[in-house]
Amino acid sequence: MIASLSLILLCQLAGEAIVRGLNLPMPGPVLGLSFLLLLLLTRDRYAALRRGPLHNDAVESTGRGLLAHLSLLFIPAGVGVVQRLDLVVEHGVGILLTLAASVVVTLLVTVATFLAVSRLLARRQAKQ
Amino acid sequence: MNEHPFSLWVYLSQSPLLWLTFTLSVYAIADAVSLATHRHPLANPVLQSIWIIGGFLIMTGTSYTTYFSGAQFVHFLLGPATVALAIPLYDHRKRVIAAIVLMLISLVAGSITAIVSVVLLARAFGLPQAVILSLAPKSVTAGVAMGISESLRGDASLTAVSVVLTGIMGAIIVTPLMNRIAVTDFRARGFAVGIAAHGIGTARAFQVDEVAGVFSGIAMGLNALVTSLLVPLAVTLLLH
Repeated sequence: MIASLSLILLCQLAGEAIVRGLNLPMPGPVLGLSFLLLLLLTRDRYAALRRGPLHNDAVESTGRGLLAHLSLLFIPAGVGVVQRLDLVVEHGVGILLTLAASVVVTLLVTVATFLAVSRLLARRQAKQ
Repeated sequence: MNEHPFSLWVYLSQSPLLWLTFTLSVYAIADAVSLATHRHPLANPVLQSIWIIGGFLIMTGTSYTTYFSGAQFVHFLLGPATVALAIPLYDHRKRVIAAIVLMLISLVAGSITAIVSVVLLARAFGLPQAVILSLAPKSVTAGVAMGISESLRGDASLTAVSVVLTGIMGAIIVTPLMNRIAVTDFRARGFAVGIAAHGIGTARAFQVDEVAGVFSGIAMGLNALVTSLLVPLAVTLLLH
């Protein structure tokens, strides 16, 4: 488990280092995600890599454990609302309505695009 | 005699141990309640935990900085958890590769909608410019959004709050909304909530359906990339 956690942290560290070093406009952990994915895919091709955390589902089960309670990890940032109570009192209703309306519009536009493109691609495939 | 309990509180309330334990216990109870209500959207464990913990901090006059000294250990795991999203992605790689074009097009449409809608709505509601700047990146995961907000000279702590609020609202609304408009493709449902409501939406998606969770995780990762490029552009175009 420690080896798996180290591997995950190493991916994140590499991601952060590259993002900072090259001034990339993306978050470090997202680059770390692609490193871990790449490692898992290369492991399938080369048996020599099948050891330690990349063996017997080790890093996979540690990762699933982390993701099982993803919502817990947002609580500390969310409690930060206590620092901004002045703004909540002054603009709370406007902010809440703005965010709620924006979420609904975003959900609808995304799902509509996804379904429309999905149908379009299926039709094109059917023609071929 | 009476001084003892108070001095114990003074000692414990300054220690990370108390606040870490408190955060985990409140979440554990909120999660148990959520499970007991068959994951009812309103029993969202993040929402319930935040008001209980926030209320307790206000009642005891504890500063957020003191609370964060304990809660930071939980907060830190956001990074490794983002990296761990590679695992469900790997497990479902065939489905993902099959839908790559589909996802890229939906990503661009959703990401632009998220930013433009929040800026226009905030203006319509008469919110001040500083608040609008802080709300603009609300659909991406907290760490990224705070970085964007800082670079625009917005208020990073307001951004963090609006990110979490957006996530909670998305997680609450998504299931009833998608059922109402009869969307049965769990790839589409997951992808939409990942774009609109980042990690909290993704956590919700995993509760509902594993495939929805995977697509939500991908959407959240891609959106973090695209939004950091789009927000500065949108703000320049829409606010000046």
